[in-house]
Amino acid sequence: MKSGSNLEKVLAAGHFSVTAECGPPRGADPEVVRKKAAYVKGNVDACNVTDNQTSVVRMSSLAGCLLIKEEGIEPLIQMVVRDRNRIALQSDLLGASAMGVRNILCLSGDHQKFGDDPQAKNVFDIDSMQFIHLVKSMRDEGTFPSGKKLDGAPKFFIGCAVNPFADPFEIRVPRLKLKVEAGADFVQTQCIYNMKKFKEYLELAKKQGLHEKVKILAGVTPLKSAGMAKFMKKMVAGMDIPDEVINRIAAEPKEKQAEKGIEMCIELIQELKEMEGIAGVHVMAIEWEEKLHEIIGGAGLLPRPVVE
Amino acid sequence: MLPCTGRIDESLLLKAFENGADGVMVVGCLEGDCHYVSGNIRARARVKRVYEILDKIKIGPDRIRMFNLSAGEGSKFAAYANEFVGKIRELGPSPINLARGGQVHAASQKETT
Amino acid sequence: MITGTPKPIEEILEMLEPYDNIILAGCHGCVTVCRVGGEKEVQVLASTLRLAREAAGRKIAITEISLERQCDPEYVEKLRPYVSDHQAVLSIACGAGIQFLAEKYAITPVLPGINTGFLGVTERQGEWAERCQGCGDCVLHLTGGICPVTRCAKSLFHGPCGGSSQGICEVGKDVKCGWQLIIDRLKALNQLENYGKLKPYKGWHTSRDGGPRRILREDMI
Repeated sequence: MKSGSNLEKVLAAGHFSVTAECGPPRGADPEVVRKKAAYVKGNVDACNVTDNQTSVVRMSSLAGCLLIKEEGIEPLIQMVVRDRNRIALQSDLLGASAMGVRNILCLSGDHQKFGDDPQAKNVFDIDSMQFIHLVKSMRDEGTFPSGKKLDGAPKFFIGCAVNPFADPFEIRVPRLKLKVEAGADFVQTQCIYNMKKFKEYLELAKKQGLHEKVKILAGVTPLKSAGMAKFMKKMVAGMDIPDEVINRIAAEPKEKQAEKGIEMCIELIQELKEMEGIAGVHVMAIEWEEKLHEIIGGAGLLPRPVVE
Repeated sequence: MLPCTGRIDESLLLKAFENGADGVMVVGCLEGDCHYVSGNIRARARVKRVYEILDKIKIGPDRIRMFNLSAGEGSKFAAYANEFVGKIRELGPSPINLARGGQVHAASQKETT
Repeated sequence: MITGTPKPIEEILEMLEPYDNIILAGCHGCVTVCRVGGEKEVQVLASTLRLAREAAGRKIAITEISLERQCDPEYVEKLRPYVSDHQAVLSIACGAGIQFLAEKYAITPVLPGINTGFLGVTERQGEWAERCQGCGDCVLHLTGGICPVTRCAKSLFHGPCGGSSQGICEVGKDVKCGWQLIIDRLKALNQLENYGKLKPYKGWHTSRDGGPRRILREDMI
């Protein structure tokens, strides 16, 4: 075991794993996190806590991780290189590991332009690829990048994100390969709606044998309405929602669209479950955590396995 | 004497105001008919920039305007000139001339008309 | 060249509020080429300031001077005979020129008339674009002649990120994805294998992060 995290154990035992995400609140109230945690608990193997996603300022991901950990959920800390130089990254890794966080997702982070403080200075001292390498070398070599010995190496199951739907498509699998070589143990994908394109991507990844070197967790997000689908398609860079998906939810009357969105999400998970090379699913129910049980249970993935 | 409105640059136009003009009328050839290909198009862009400067420094943007005429349109020229002078009279002396007092104002009126 | 944009006239007028007699100093270098700080711009700005001040009831005298370059000591010296007769110098050279004047004329205030931009190129008349951040450790031979530090909004060394869509960067529809450009160019050069290698963490000590930089060429001193 590299980290001994529950997620690592579940995957190592060959189970189809489930992760979800929990966005920390826009304030200092811990109750918001605890409330979300109650919906997550029991439904996942680990729960991502986002790090100022879309550059909108929120409670820190480390604090969020500790709060859900107190509620009995295994945390998966997201960390972006947008806001931290290598000094802060190393320090936060040590702190998170010391507090018992065992899973990490290494990200670039959305550009600050999208958030509260578009005038902020960004960091990008190292990029997400190099960040993966940084975590791995600290964990496995027990040294700082400077070469000095660590007084206790951080233990992380190292994750990265990929967006198979961004351009240029031809570089997406080579880029995943680089992340694997840099040290990624698992990968969570951008939300999948365009199954055709995702299958194309997965085939290319499998040709390189990447599915055997890295655990691929397929990302899904239930649509709440046709309006949300159209908004995401238009506003979120690299989000690929085919018209037939939008048409399917739009065909329902307004009050039934949410139900349809969940049904479609469950279908998608069931399809992914049967695909060779897919090790699990990452359910991003954005501000809709109360539906996690219904979705994950509906897909036949409950109860979650207990691996010792 | 200028051979072409293309020779006029922003500083020349602003100098006219410094020298006491209440208004500046730039008359160029018809667009597409410039002997030097695009002199009048360049002039239009420069007049626009001076228009914006005058607006920002509160001299009033309407004190400058460009007209396009052919050499054969004498009566139209006269009509344009009368129209522009009328407009400048309406606006009154430029803030520069007001600051300098009435004397300069009288001189500048002679210049424009 | 070093590019720049004029400061808003209101801001310059506010800066000049304490003064009635100044030098307006242009530069025949980069700022002339990008039409923000050359002889012509000196004339236009001087006229504009005189008009604005006179209209506001308080004249200002402006001596218009353009130097060959404001970043070389021998040219900066040419201003010396005039400086003591004036209350301040308004410079429309780049930030380097403005500072060089300030350090040579220590008791005369030197004020900026432009906002200095970036190291860039003229894409067409009236349009300039950034190409270099002067990071002090060039990697253009590995990236198809396109700089990831400058052209990628996140300065990624292993892009493009998930925000690249149809050649456009997530930060704006007018911004090309630098990594799409790099990939296209590597393909054209048959050098796509350069992509597949993990690049070492960049040393930013050769960039501004190492403190103000200096180049010392012993052989030339």
